Amino acid sequence: MIQVENIHKSFGDTHVLKGITTEFEQGKTNLVIGQSGSGKTVFLKCLLGLFEPEEGTIIYNGQVYSELSINEQRDLRQNMGMVFQGSALFDSMTVEGNVMFPLEMFTKQSKAEMQDRVDFVLERVNLVDAHKKFPSEISGGMKKRVAIARAIVMNPEYLFCDEPNSGLDPKTAILIDNLIQEITKEYHITTVINTHDMNSVMEIGEKIIFLKNGYKEWEGTNKEIFKTDNEAVTNFVYSSELFKKVRQMYIEERN
Amino acid sequence: MKSLILKEIDELIFGSLGIIIFISFFIGGVVTIQTALNLNSPLIPKSLIGFATRQSVILEFAPTFTSIIMAGKVGSYITSSIGTMKVTEQIDALEVMGVNSLNYLVFPKIIAMFMYPFAVAIAMYIGILGGWIAGAFGGYAPSGEFVKGLQLDFIPFHVTYAFIKTIVFAFVIATIPSYHGFYMKGGALEVGKASTTSFVWTSVVIIILNYILTQLLLG
Repeated sequence: MIQVENIHKSFGDTHVLKGITTEFEQGKTNLVIGQSGSGKTVFLKCLLGLFEPEEGTIIYNGQVYSELSINEQRDLRQNMGMVFQGSALFDSMTVEGNVMFPLEMFTKQSKAEMQDRVDFVLERVNLVDAHKKFPSEISGGMKKRVAIARAIVMNPEYLFCDEPNSGLDPKTAILIDNLIQEITKEYHITTVINTHDMNSVMEIGEKIIFLKNGYKEWEGTNKEIFKTDNEAVTNFVYSSELFKKVRQMYIEERN
Repeated sequence: MKSLILKEIDELIFGSLGIIIFISFFIGGVVTIQTALNLNSPLIPKSLIGFATRQSVILEFAPTFTSIIMAGKVGSYITSSIGTMKVTEQIDALEVMGVNSLNYLVFPKIIAMFMYPFAVAIAMYIGILGGWIAGAFGGYAPSGEFVKGLQLDFIPFHVTYAFIKTIVFAFVIATIPSYHGFYMKGGALEVGKASTTSFVWTSVVIIILNYILTQLLLG
């Protein structure tokens, strides 16, 4: 579980996060949604320890991150997996090399053991023929899968994803969403996903927090988001005609 | 870490040997020709052409000129490779995994660059060889006279001085471009700008340190 208590983050005169408090439960896919510039990425980078909040605390299973030493923070980060928006695969390494990298850095496993683990996670993300390919030789969807495989290869307790399906076609985006949700359930990890993809919100959002101008405007589940009367949320979620019709149908059905 | 250092030695040192050899050979030749054309008095022995070539190549051309070339070739490579990792969030990925990214990316480059004196030793040898070929085959200095000049008043400390400079320059070539790559902000355009800036600063620092070290060691 991750508990976030009243975090503030500024860059110069720009106050990006203005006191966010929430909890992300283990074994659930937690979504952070909001318009571009609402502070989602800064929030995620604060959770990852890449940005240090000026105020507030982030607690990982009872450990207050800011109270840990640098080495303890590094140890904690070895329990985190991250899928970056642009995948952030190492260009100079093959798919296999990218996935094996954390094992080589932090475990004393034999080459054969590492190879077995890499084969297993690549198969888990449905990538079986790309071991020797370089990131420049594979598609965007495959890169995301490699990034997911790299993120889970160390059996992390926490998985963070920054817009995991941006730039993907709708079918691949759904596959990636489903894959993340399956992995979350299978390994019982705490998953936090930044997204503004409404399909993800509806399909896998077990807990959703909506950020607006650096504040937490709303939180709930994907069922509750249909019913909410919060104007900012409804304006964001039902900005497309398709979703407006879906909501209309839902309201009519309910009445 | 060992494999990373070996990889960097391959990229930074062995990958630069071709251009170092090419430039050193022709610079040595040009130094010989220039010296010969300026020493046209019959009272000055031709052996001085070999002497001047040796001194110029060992004291300045091999350590300093080669370092400026390396600041362009290796420095730009270091800045652009680390800068690209920065803009594509690969450095963030390392940090999230719990890797000390500065140590992982920069330390192997600094260690690899301690092999740079070997490249400069090759530059010295090839520069003098180029001078000898230009002198002997261009008709500027007979081979025997040139070789006699090479052996004239040889001061071993001059080679030590050159290698001391080279080690200092190696550290500069590894660190300044790494700094510019690691702390850059922006996108692809800024990677290009950072490479240019790092080359300018590396060259300026090399030139200033060259002056200071020469004053301290030979002055």
